[in-house]
Amino acid sequence: MRTPDGSSAFLTTKLEKLLDKARANSLWPYPFGTACCGIEFMSVMMGHYDLSRFGAEVVRFSPRQSDLLIVAGTITDKLAPVLVRIYEQMAEPKYVISMGACACTGGFYRAYHVVQGIDEFIPVDVYVPGCPPTPEALFAGVLKLQEMIERGETHYQRMVAAQRAAAGA
Amino acid sequence: MATREARSAAVRQAFPDENLVRELPGGDQQTFVVDRKVLWDFAKHLKEHPDLNFDLLLDICGVDWWGKREPRFDAVYHLYSLRHGHRLRIKVPVAEEDPVVPSVYGLWKAADWFEREAYDMFGIRFSGHPNLRRILTHDSFQGHPLRKDYDPGQRWLLREEEQYVPQWAKIPQEDEDHFETQVLNLGPAHPATHGTLRTVVRLDGEVITEAETEIGYLHRCFEKMSERHTWNQVIPYTDRLNYCSSMINGVGYALTVENMLGIEAPPRAQVVRVILSELSRIMDHIVDIGANLTDLGAMTPFLYLYQAREEIYSLLEACSGGRLTVSYVRIGGLAEDVPPDFADAVRYLLRRIPPLVDDMERLITENRIFRERTEGIGKISAEEAINWGWTGPCLRACGVAYDVRKAHPYLGYDGYDFKVPIAHTGDTYARYLVRVEEMRQSLRIVEQALANLPDGPIIVENHHVALPPKARVYTEMESLIYHFKLIMEGMKVPAGEYYGYVEGANGELGFYAISDGGGKPYRLKVRPPCFAIFQAYPHMLKGHLVADSVAILGSLNIIAGELDR
Repeated sequence: MRTPDGSSAFLTTKLEKLLDKARANSLWPYPFGTACCGIEFMSVMMGHYDLSRFGAEVVRFSPRQSDLLIVAGTITDKLAPVLVRIYEQMAEPKYVISMGACACTGGFYRAYHVVQGIDEFIPVDVYVPGCPPTPEALFAGVLKLQEMIERGETHYQRMVAAQRAAAGA
Repeated sequence: MATREARSAAVRQAFPDENLVRELPGGDQQTFVVDRKVLWDFAKHLKEHPDLNFDLLLDICGVDWWGKREPRFDAVYHLYSLRHGHRLRIKVPVAEEDPVVPSVYGLWKAADWFEREAYDMFGIRFSGHPNLRRILTHDSFQGHPLRKDYDPGQRWLLREEEQYVPQWAKIPQEDEDHFETQVLNLGPAHPATHGTLRTVVRLDGEVITEAETEIGYLHRCFEKMSERHTWNQVIPYTDRLNYCSSMINGVGYALTVENMLGIEAPPRAQVVRVILSELSRIMDHIVDIGANLTDLGAMTPFLYLYQAREEIYSLLEACSGGRLTVSYVRIGGLAEDVPPDFADAVRYLLRRIPPLVDDMERLITENRIFRERTEGIGKISAEEAINWGWTGPCLRACGVAYDVRKAHPYLGYDGYDFKVPIAHTGDTYARYLVRVEEMRQSLRIVEQALANLPDGPIIVENHHVALPPKARVYTEMESLIYHFKLIMEGMKVPAGEYYGYVEGANGELGFYAISDGGGKPYRLKVRPPCFAIFQAYPHMLKGHLVADSVAILGSLNIIAGELDR
């Protein structure tokens, strides 16, 4: 690394930390948009708000090419097996943002065909409230997730850390 | 146009027996109670008699009178005659022990999914239906959720291996050259199916030879939820039906309930409703055209068009506080008055939107790639479209100029000068052209409405319906009581039934409401326009390339919230 006066400097870090920093700033979202939140997710990606400013612009519709699952919309019992399958297909490390009241808790659909929060089926890192959340709220969620990844606090990272601790012990 | 008496006479002549066919007096539209033994003949008579000519089957739904009446169920049919412009309702009483009704699929193909839905929700079986199985719920579901004795919170889990696979898709098949055909599953998680639509196709090379569509992935129990909430509390749920144009749903629902109450919103509220509805229609068409183009590989036009949507969002947010799901309508008017700069904001939109649409048109309308991918693709004739129960822009693209705003004006639409654009080819390109022109016509309506925006109250002064102003609730005993009663019990809507309808962005959006005089709807059935449109989709696919299925799907504008409710 070059400092402004021309001298060299070193930055020491763990490889894992460096990777986490890189991962946090190059998230590839898979939008699992089912309902109203999916429309608001479109707003987030479009020119006016533009999520790419935060290093998460490469939307991929293949779970194998993405590392961030954004669940935007109501998940019903009929759709739940599909969601689980998509989550399982994603390559590790992977993170999940639950966007909107329905994905977080079922929202005001407390009914016979609606999953009362996707954490019944898959682990969630960031919950974004709102019905639907404003684009700013989703930004806050993505920024929060980036922070969590850098600190190693996401569900996936904690799982790996726990496995390592168990193997070391 | 034949009068109601003439229609009664035409029916009476063929069905003189009062025990089999009985006309109900009064009501919001002509209603016949028909014995199931003669239902097929009666329906055939209605369709084919020149004075009746009911060619459009709008809706079929069930009603449960558990503990109130025997026989327990009604199967209710709503019909419309495009030629005469009149409406009719058929009710067929069905007993719980033997819930079988003859299917009318042979007369109107539109009955296909509507009958399946009534079966799924109420357990009414339609004999002679080609494929009577659950549609909105899944195969592991037990019971029929809209029955009154079904617990609304009772869920049934679906395991992955229990997901539906069509029978034909399990059997390998060879074509004439002894190559095995391929079964391909499009969706529900497919970029072009917008999250919640699933179509299973059989491919011979790239050509689709067989297709079946599965829906219900976004069935959020709207109708069951609305039975558990007061009339005003249903409004946020209506927003999430067609969430691309939520204002129109709220207006349609409020008009239905206002008609049941016999009240009318003040003039200012009506004009604001028109302005915001038409802007919502533009927003809806933007998403449809933009998503369709994106699916075809043209991303840029969506970026232009979406800017217009963002501008409209700003206006809606200034009025209601919500961008997408506005909940701005109240029964009897609007939640609150528009902001002081409303007129300026709308004028800004009137200047801002046309250039964006022009930009998009310059890129697309004469674009050779786009035309070659859409002209002649997904073509449907007017007769077929009517047979399937189509309404809205998709029907108008087949050359049928049916628009509720013209045919049955509400909210003073007869006072505005606008045209109903039609096209004649009925293909994907025609649907695109109709939508683009409708956006321009909607702008004309907005312009005229804004010029005549009256001053005055925005909600009725009747405090059995509308909440009194908050300041008075805090200072007057009477207002406090009104407030308490309305919040805790809900407004009392006179017992009866009503079918209200407006021109949604996808077609005729109907609300069939039944009140038992209480504070909550006894039954609320939505007539979702894209439900009728989408049931033709698997049939339209045959013979097309698999890539065309994406183009067709986008042009039909299927909004899952409205489709599955």
